[in-house]
Amino acid sequence: MIDVLAELEGNIGAVGYGLAAIGPGIGVGIVWAAYIQATARQPESAGLTRTYAFLGAALSEALALIGLVAPFIYG
Amino acid sequence: MTSSASALASVLAAEGSGGDDGFQAPTVEEFYPEPIFDFSILGVDFEITRITLILWIATAAMIAFMVAAVRKPSIVPGKMQFIGESGYSLIRDGMARDVIGPKGLPFAPFLASLFFFILANNAMSIVPLAQISPMSKFAFPLVLAVITWIVYNWVGIREQGAGRYFKDAAIPPGVPIGALILVTPIELLQVFVIRPFTLAVRLFANMFAGHMLLAVFSLGTVYLLTVGNFSVIFSPFAFLMALAMTFFELLVIVLQAYVFTVLTATYIAGSVEPAH
Repeated sequence: MIDVLAELEGNIGAVGYGLAAIGPGIGVGIVWAAYIQATARQPESAGLTRTYAFLGAALSEALALIGLVAPFIYG
Repeated sequence: MTSSASALASVLAAEGSGGDDGFQAPTVEEFYPEPIFDFSILGVDFEITRITLILWIATAAMIAFMVAAVRKPSIVPGKMQFIGESGYSLIRDGMARDVIGPKGLPFAPFLASLFFFILANNAMSIVPLAQISPMSKFAFPLVLAVITWIVYNWVGIREQGAGRYFKDAAIPPGVPIGALILVTPIELLQVFVIRPFTLAVRLFANMFAGHMLLAVFSLGTVYLLTVGNFSVIFSPFAFLMALAMTFFELLVIVLQAYVFTVLTATYIAGSVEPAH
């Protein structure tokens, strides 16, 4: 007989979204870090690279957003 | 509930029945308010809720501000004209001209309308008495994303021709033949499905989560005030957190309107010029 010491209640989808957000979090961080670094090294390139920064961030963020809706679809 | 607490709760228009049976966290029900009135046209049911009203008020306020800003234009702009013109030139110069390029100026009115419409509606999430953004209902961002989807596909077909546009979308130039087995499905999915989907979900998720955050801390403040034991001392901290989150929400409001518009501009830019 095992005594229950702690119990969690709620939707496992919340844990799933937490896991799904790890990768995109790292990815978006890398994208913006690279953008800031590029701008610091070559300030006049800021306008040129901003578009690619937003595209890259949007693309990696897509995974987090898909993770967000997955619990609604399978829940 | 005390009278001050119930007043706060009613301002939030929340369902915080609070009180005896513990803290009641806000639920998704918050986004499905009772319809104020409903009618039916040709068998389609329409329900006017307070969220619909907020959408109308926000849009009308933004239109009124813009009309007032440029009603009497002068060479040396007044305060309102200055705000209106700088807002428009942020979109026209910063997005239409710099992101899309020389062919982008015809898109400036579309991008500016998109930006200011989203900005006005997002802002309703922290405006007192409204306190909920229409953009936290998935239908509104979805319609905007579908409009963007139609625009950039239509522009791509018009500027490059249907054959060239779809061929470039499926087979990006410069990709080795062997890699196409991976690249083609990913690119097609990305251009025609994931782009509009993420545009809509990004805006929706940010406004939805922002409203829930504010509701949790505001209702928490009220609940801790009424809990009736020593936990009352934590109530100011919940209130401070609600205040801090309101300022964070202000950042998110402007940022998400900007991100939606700049991504729309980026997608149009990809359609205007053939890939090279």
